[in-house]
Amino acid sequence: MRILLVDDSKTMRNIQKAVLAQLGHTDVLEACDGQDALSKAPAFKPELMLVDWNMPNMDGLTFVKTWRQQNKSTPIIMVTTEAEKSRVIEAIKAGVNNYVVKPFTPDLLSQRIQETLQRAAAQAAAQPAPTAA
Amino acid sequence: MDAMYIKPFIASISNVFSTMMQLPVKVGEPFVKPGEGPSSDVSGIIGMSGDVIGSVVLSFSNPTAENIVALFCGQKYAAGSPDFADAIGELVNMVSGGAKALFKDRKVSISCPSVVLGANHIVAKQSDVPTVVIPCVTDCGTVNIEVSIKDTRAAAANAAGAAAKA
Repeated sequence: MRILLVDDSKTMRNIQKAVLAQLGHTDVLEACDGQDALSKAPAFKPELMLVDWNMPNMDGLTFVKTWRQQNKSTPIIMVTTEAEKSRVIEAIKAGVNNYVVKPFTPDLLSQRIQETLQRAAAQAAAQPAPTAA
Repeated sequence: MDAMYIKPFIASISNVFSTMMQLPVKVGEPFVKPGEGPSSDVSGIIGMSGDVIGSVVLSFSNPTAENIVALFCGQKYAAGSPDFADAIGELVNMVSGGAKALFKDRKVSISCPSVVLGANHIVAKQSDVPTVVIPCVTDCGTVNIEVSIKDTRAAAANAAGAAAKA
């Protein structure tokens, strides 16, 4: 599975990569901000994105809104220090599928990744197959 | 400074250090920093804007910062390396983000973190806001949280009240 990790902190990317590796996901591409992610995502075609909120150049919320204009289905988990309820609602409205507040335990991040992927798979299965014209 | 702006930082640093590093924090008595004295060797700095403005600094000695970064990252980095600064920045980001979520009825944004290295450097802050130092003792050494923030909504309400009385 192709996973795009978007965070301006290399430390956080390393921590998240370690959790992903424990779950068996090693096809991970890193981006250091929203702009970097927008330039890499179309070619990489991620099947899951973990996105920080506060980043230089382009923040995570702007990235998610921009990405959702071209892709409605990629599961996105916001991983951020923004813990207020109003922020979570703002992120969900922008198109985020799940939310993890930093600091997090590896178990919590694993759980959110797995539930997000399960939900995405269930939604994909529920969609009617395209019919030939 | 109102205690409602100190307690969130105590709760947040305890949460960040225990969750990310299983490192217990014993918080000492907060005090007002006299003047603009020097911080320690390493400062992680975050700015706040919105209903609350000012800055938050996590201040460490070099050995303490190196010990904490080693626990946080799972490997030792020399003070001054880019990875070391990145880890310090992420720690102050998490502590500040967690604290601001506990401010009641206040909408606050935080900046991206900056990290300053060098013995006895001074982090200049707003002159009209006192800096409250919260000493946090850990097995890795002592970390000071320096909180220098002002509630702009409360200040505006106080100013309006004073004008009405006059």
